[in-house]
Amino acid sequence: MATGTTPSSDRGVFTPGRAAITARHLRTDKWWLSPLVSAIALTIFVVYATWRAFANGDYYSAPYVSPLYSPCLASNCTDMNGGADWHIFGSWWGLSPALLVLVFPLGFRLTCYYYRKAYYRGFWLSPPACAVAEPHATYSGETRFPLILQNVHRYFFYLALVVAAILTYDVVLAFRDRDGNWGHAGLGTLVFVVNIALIWAYTLSCHSCRHIIGGKLRHFSAHPVRYRLWGWVGVLNGRHMLLAWSSLVSVGLADLYVYLVASGAFDDPRFF
Amino acid sequence: MTHTAHFRVWRGDADGGGLQDYDVEVNDGEVVLDIIHRLQATQAADLAVRWNCKAGKCGSCSAEVNGRPRLMCMTRMSVFQPEETVTVTPLRAFPVIRDLVTDVSFNYAKARQVPAFVPPKGVAAGEYRMQQVDVERSQEFRKCIECFLCQDTCHVVRDHEENKPAFAGPRFLMRIAELDMHPLDAAADQGLTRAASAQEDHGLGYCNITKCCTEVCPEHIKITDNALIPLKERAVDRKYDPLVWLGNKIRRREG
Ligand code: SF4
Ligand code: SF4
Ligand code: FES
Ligand code: FES
Repeated sequence: MATGTTPSSDRGVFTPGRAAITARHLRTDKWWLSPLVSAIALTIFVVYATWRAFANGDYYSAPYVSPLYSPCLASNCTDMNGGADWHIFGSWWGLSPALLVLVFPLGFRLTCYYYRKAYYRGFWLSPPACAVAEPHATYSGETRFPLILQNVHRYFFYLALVVAAILTYDVVLAFRDRDGNWGHAGLGTLVFVVNIALIWAYTLSCHSCRHIIGGKLRHFSAHPVRYRLWGWVGVLNGRHMLLAWSSLVSVGLADLYVYLVASGAFDDPRFF
Repeated sequence: MTHTAHFRVWRGDADGGGLQDYDVEVNDGEVVLDIIHRLQATQAADLAVRWNCKAGKCGSCSAEVNGRPRLMCMTRMSVFQPEETVTVTPLRAFPVIRDLVTDVSFNYAKARQVPAFVPPKGVAAGEYRMQQVDVERSQEFRKCIECFLCQDTCHVVRDHEENKPAFAGPRFLMRIAELDMHPLDAAADQGLTRAASAQEDHGLGYCNITKCCTEVCPEHIKITDNALIPLKERAVDRKYDPLVWLGNKIRRREG
């Protein structure tokens, strides 16, 4: 008979009674590549965004405002010439104004069904890949605090609609020139248009959106308009992962662009 | 074209066992199950394997090939390099009976725990009328061949035996989603809110939507996107949405 094997633990795939195999997994493909790439990419973004959010500078260069700093809600905001700088928080707020608003997109992405998958796999290794044993002794998933809070995702979705609307306003303002006259477009305007398109596509492709718009219904036949909208959102939803990454990159690039222009490293090329 | 492939096949039973090496002939167009059958015919007459249709439709031949849960009859030999070792083991989430055959009764027990379709009042069997658009969504779920590859892959039970009593697994959470989306199911009239019960009684919260069930499903059912996440959203409606809760208090809603 075959060589006998004694598994090293008695949990999970090593539970007595299951086929005795010493390896935690027998995959021969590059299963580690995708969680590794996700983890690295997310880390890069988080480090970059943290630096930019705390920097409290170089986030405005007329007519462009960094998406990380809009709306700007504290009195210490740069004057934005008709932009979304509503100083409703007054002057007691001494830190970077980005911190006041970033919680919303952060919460939206942190509770996003796709990002959950990406960081559960990439950072928490739960599981690292399919049929690759996870390292944890116990697992309760999203059944209890704190992860049960992931269920609030839809409220972040509602807030994300507001944020997307404000960023759209910023993009409209990017069609003015430095002095506030309409009819301008620079490379920055193009960057902003692409970014807002991706943000809207990402936001509307959300699983909660798909549910609210029509997925919750039991009789599509009684709601033809919502059924059609559900179909459209479903098409976007099928690309949710792609949109999650591309909008993340575009937000980072839009901010980087504003930083380069505002810090004087670069002059915004003008189309008209 | 014919070549000789190197196979490692798990042999043994609940008391122990291990991977055994075989060199075996492979012809063009063959699948892993063909090779297992050739082994039976030529070198290992007592090799236990469960199979039936050899067409990817009965769901019997589930196993793990190079560590990936797959149907043996739908895994072409052409996806491997001729010199590559092909390792075949039984499903690693369930107790083994012998060689490649596992005891999948966990799944039948879970199936029985899902309350059946509740017929609507005053409509006799044979009188059910439904619109195609209303049943389309759940028709995707009915493609399921009950191979239990998703149940085998799901880390909630694969990596944590102790979660088995609490967690129905993707296949049966999908069944609950199917019934909850059913245009005629009248469970609610009997006080059964399927979405809430999925969370409270069938362990929906254990699923962390990491999509391995979707990745391995041979019927390409989008289990996570189309059943599990919608079911989570439905549970949120029932349990965590104050607006819906208020709406339900004020008037009974029929979607
Ligand atoms: S998505 Fe959920 S049910 Fe499917 S394998 Fe992952 S944890 Fe299990
Ligand atoms: S859902 Fe797919 S993987 Fe799961 S039992 Fe059905 S066919 Fe198999
Ligand atoms: S599911 Fe990703 S944003 Fe809602
Ligand atoms: S033998 Fe029927 S699915 Fe493989």
